[in-house]
Amino acid sequence: MQSNILICGVGGQGIVLASKLIAATAMAHDIPVMSAETIGMAQKGGSVFSFLRMGDDIYCPMFPEKTADIIIGFEPAEAVRMLPYLKDGGQVIVNTHPIMPITAVLSGSDYTGAEMLDYLDRSSAEVVHVDGIKAIEDLGSPKVLNMVMLGAAVRNGVLPFSVDDIEDVMKKTVKPQFIELNSKALRYTL
Amino acid sequence: MHKEFLMGNAAIARGAIAAGLNVVSGYPGTPSTEVLETAAKVNDGSIYVEWSVNEKAAMEVGAGAAYSGARSMVTMKQVGLNVASDPLMSLAYIGVKGGMVILVADDPGPISSQTEQDTRHFASFSKLPCFDPSSVQEAYDMIQEAFEYSEKYHTPVLFRPTTRVCHGYASVEVKDKEEYKVHKPEGFVKDSSKWVIFPRLSYNAHIHIEERNAELSKVFSDYRRNIITEAADSSCRKGIATHGISYTYAMEALRGKSAPRVFKVSTPFPFPEEAAVKFLEGLEEVLCIEELDPIIERELTYICGKYHLNTKILGKLTHNVKTAGENTCASVAGNIADFMGWEKPAAAEMEAPPALPVRPPVLCAGCPHRASFFAVKEAMKGKKTVFCGDIGCYTLGNAMPLDMVDTCLCMGAGVNITQGIGRIAPDTSCFAFVGDSTFFASAITGAVNAVYNQADMTLVVLDNSTTAMTGHQPHPGTGRTMMGEVVEKVSIQEVLKGVGVKTVETVNPLELGKAIDTVKRVSAEKGVKAIIFKSPCAVLIKGNKPAVIDADKCINCKKCINTLGCPGIVLKNGSAAIESSLCTGCGLCSQVCPVKAIGGGGNAE
Repeated sequence: MQSNILICGVGGQGIVLASKLIAATAMAHDIPVMSAETIGMAQKGGSVFSFLRMGDDIYCPMFPEKTADIIIGFEPAEAVRMLPYLKDGGQVIVNTHPIMPITAVLSGSDYTGAEMLDYLDRSSAEVVHVDGIKAIEDLGSPKVLNMVMLGAAVRNGVLPFSVDDIEDVMKKTVKPQFIELNSKALRYTL
Repeated sequence: MHKEFLMGNAAIARGAIAAGLNVVSGYPGTPSTEVLETAAKVNDGSIYVEWSVNEKAAMEVGAGAAYSGARSMVTMKQVGLNVASDPLMSLAYIGVKGGMVILVADDPGPISSQTEQDTRHFASFSKLPCFDPSSVQEAYDMIQEAFEYSEKYHTPVLFRPTTRVCHGYASVEVKDKEEYKVHKPEGFVKDSSKWVIFPRLSYNAHIHIEERNAELSKVFSDYRRNIITEAADSSCRKGIATHGISYTYAMEALRGKSAPRVFKVSTPFPFPEEAAVKFLEGLEEVLCIEELDPIIERELTYICGKYHLNTKILGKLTHNVKTAGENTCASVAGNIADFMGWEKPAAAEMEAPPALPVRPPVLCAGCPHRASFFAVKEAMKGKKTVFCGDIGCYTLGNAMPLDMVDTCLCMGAGVNITQGIGRIAPDTSCFAFVGDSTFFASAITGAVNAVYNQADMTLVVLDNSTTAMTGHQPHPGTGRTMMGEVVEKVSIQEVLKGVGVKTVETVNPLELGKAIDTVKRVSAEKGVKAIIFKSPCAVLIKGNKPAVIDADKCINCKKCINTLGCPGIVLKNGSAAIESSLCTGCGLCSQVCPVKAIGGGGNAE
């Protein structure tokens, strides 16, 4: 069995950490895992993606278009950017809150995110909207958006893990004082 | 053995340590940086680790250690090897006693580099053996073998992963500490007939190197990582020759297929000729799938000529594979489908998406470089100017609305390019911008050149007290070493004064008025003068409280947005608003606002 997971969004949203947590959970279950992400010139505010593959007989962390089982999009336009990777019948988990780049601000772009969400709904069978702004307001910290997104993805049954599995590994990786907040975020539902 | 989830670069460092590494030196550069950082992080004190001042220094430190019998590793990115090529070429003739691996990370794309050069060429140019890993696990295993070959043949060897191997992660089998080799160097043993390069020595060494490489070509033909995967369908007369990450893309594309034959070349130099002949046997056509340059393709074409083989060799030279940029799973699957006459994997067919916002890299919110560029721009308004940039975060000063980088070539070039421009257009105020790490790496000679040759220019050092672009490495100006020592800082101001720059002024660019005055005053002087804009990298400091815009005072002129282009200021309902998750309260925008509507934060005035 193989799972292809694509996590995407904007630098600074905690995407790489989310990817590492899934990988660590796979390791804990003795599942071979590989990942690849954009790093280097991509700093805060740039498009960031992480390809993650689990299972036997995988040669490389990247996978071709139309093969992702799930796209976890931390930002609407970034989810749309990576949508060609989604397999037929794959799932999209998307944070509904858009992040406008400074170049769009300068050019007076009218990007609102809504057009991206409409497009996602039109183009893919199963799209789960996550109100990330409300979630981080309810939870009281912008730093746990990644746990909210991960929780939403796991609950949908595409990943071969349960929320408990992820939580077990999370507890071993984050600082003790943040465990409770992260647990709450993983289990957060609107 | 046990399993760990490691980045390719971390696996390389861990492999080198398992092989008994004694010394590692390098200069930061994407995608190589994490190799040395990992070595420093896991160092139990038995390994000497340094960020050298540049790649040439790193290579020479590594050579000295290897002369002394140590196992040494030198790390850099591909363009770094250009800087280190002088010692490299000579070192190939001298050889080493302890194993020496020169890790050079190539960057197909390029993703974060100036060039798409191929270090495999440097291998054949310098006549040094080269290893080309295709996965994280292979990188871990192969670097240990590279040390063995290096020591056995008394020659430095090149180890050249590419970005996708360096920055890929995988669960890999690694050795337990008890399985590590312990290598105790005996120290330098004097022998001037061996360690002092002279024409006669080089002549003799050249003969020896050619003999050794002929032998290594045979040895590598049996190397277990130069793999020929036979096709299950023995009637197939086609083959694929590939390497590195492209090999994994090819294997993904060939999943479940019974053909063609595949040749994975892990040692591009000396080329495993006998293995290649075996691979070519009975084949009518071979497709070479490579990144960067068509090296395997040329080698196979040569071998076909040499052995009178009637095999057609296809690849980049025949335009069957794209000549530039990195390969992907999809591009390789497409190349193979074309070659085999298979149906191409369908591209995703969907309605065209709405216009996607682009997110080019920009200077961070609160970055002091933004203030420095803006100060120079304001001070020189209306004057004929040229602004020569350099390699670092501050190359991003080229973006609108700052538009303050007219040239950028390679590390340390700006200070000399601006002199050349000034010779041709003496009525131009010539500026060179250089970061603190780049200053130490390769701009000091340019400053001396300017002083000696009586240039008329302003050198602007953007000193944020770190090597920011590659992830905040220390350098001589920071007073910290990779061994954890706190040492005396090398002062940029003193260096410039020392080489004869008469006027050197240091100013905080976030004190905008003062910064602008300084630029006006200093740049008006004749000769070589310097301004050091000193303010720490915004990512490294705990920022001030975010700025606050007083909506009653704001006249909606958007000057803050249109002159600074800071990601910390966004448009909300048509008016400027602070993005408080990004704003560091640097206070620059409040100094730019014509009606003083922006407060809060740390107003520097």
